[in-house]
Amino acid sequence: MTSLYTEELPGGAMWSMRIPRGRLVRLTALDAGANVSALLYNAADPLDRLNVPDTLKALHTAKLTRGHVLMSDMGHSLASIVSDSLGWHDPIAGHGTAGHIKRKYGEHGYQDCRNDFHRNARDNFLIELSKHGLGLRDIVANVNFFTKVFVDDDGKLHFAENHCPAGAAIELRTDMDVLLVLANCPHPLDPSPEYPRKRVRIDIEPSEPAGPDDFCRNFRPECDRALALTQRLFI
Amino acid sequence: MSTLVYTESHLAPEDAIYDAVIPAGEGWFHPIKNGQFFRIVDMEGNQAADTFFFSETDTGERYSAQDTIREQGSLYLTAGTKLLSNHGNVLLSIVADTCGRHDTIGGACAAESNMVRYSLDKRFMHACRDTFLLEMAKSNFGVGKRDLAHNINFFMNVPVTPDGGLSFADGVSEPGKYVEMRAEMDVLCLISNCPQLNNPCNAYNPTPVRVLIWD
Repeated sequence: MTSLYTEELPGGAMWSMRIPRGRLVRLTALDAGANVSALLYNAADPLDRLNVPDTLKALHTAKLTRGHVLMSDMGHSLASIVSDSLGWHDPIAGHGTAGHIKRKYGEHGYQDCRNDFHRNARDNFLIELSKHGLGLRDIVANVNFFTKVFVDDDGKLHFAENHCPAGAAIELRTDMDVLLVLANCPHPLDPSPEYPRKRVRIDIEPSEPAGPDDFCRNFRPECDRALALTQRLFI
Repeated sequence: MSTLVYTESHLAPEDAIYDAVIPAGEGWFHPIKNGQFFRIVDMEGNQAADTFFFSETDTGERYSAQDTIREQGSLYLTAGTKLLSNHGNVLLSIVADTCGRHDTIGGACAAESNMVRYSLDKRFMHACRDTFLLEMAKSNFGVGKRDLAHNINFFMNVPVTPDGGLSFADGVSEPGKYVEMRAEMDVLCLISNCPQLNNPCNAYNPTPVRVLIWD
């Protein structure tokens, strides 16, 4: 497949890009224990944005994996998960802030650490969103690729350790022109005593649109309907 | 499902400074001051009260379901839960709960999500997010769609299994069950009394809720 773009995100990095419809975006964990917090918007209308509850209740799931369609609050499919080596990505536990990172790992500011300073997902989101005219009010519930947080019968949350091996990958197909915003920052429930600094590679390739036999379209009727509503954006 | 714990309040309705009924399908957008107590009563049982909060002084600070869930280490809301903002501050604390657990991952129903979930011809049914948008548009609080993150569904039961399954189950609420909060800062409370007819979140019969405020 023709590579259109590749980039290696160092641990702590932020990234955003407007990605056209019909692209395959592959995220690969180059190091074990990666976590990438992600937000997703309709590039043409950022008020049409990832809605985690709508996605989860439509799919009857509290985890994300292959076949799932990442839905906006306007009933659209922003992107579909067309492959996944892990089986579980976290849509529940949110992202960390400067306060979390400092409480957990201590003071590691730029003054002392230069570009090894401890970045956090909230600030990374704010910086990247600002580049697109967006901001705090546009930060809604995010997803965390490569992380598993499960809930026991009493509703208690558990962070699954050793969930993501090096080489784990997830592929998203863009179903409309999207703005994808990533923060390659520690998951707020990661118990590691050291700031996890994990590399993640992004590859973008051309992709076929969701045809009638598409795995995601046929995964559930809700996926088919979200893709049908998305098609209305292109009449 | 684990055993539910019920916590009663000592506050008497006749002492409330505010007492109103929100019919099914209607909205309510109202300030609640720091230190006031706020109760929502499920009058006829198994109703869903879709509820969202803003800081009154800075509406960029608002309820965050993910922060609330993660910081308490538990998916469901009940007495003892601190409802956190996107800045990690406590907006309100749940101080009494005779229902036992409430959902905050199911979000609010919308015309658009009804089309996805049920069928494309559900577009013209009434839905919570329309109520939210109308209440925000009519208010003087300066908020709109951009400010609407995902909400709490008081009295709604959305169990999640250890293998990541999620369902909309029959309610655990009954007539007269209530949840009561203490405001920990000045907040704005936005409620849509859910009109959903497509799933059992309201037992297919949307009914009124009562809201009370005490100083």
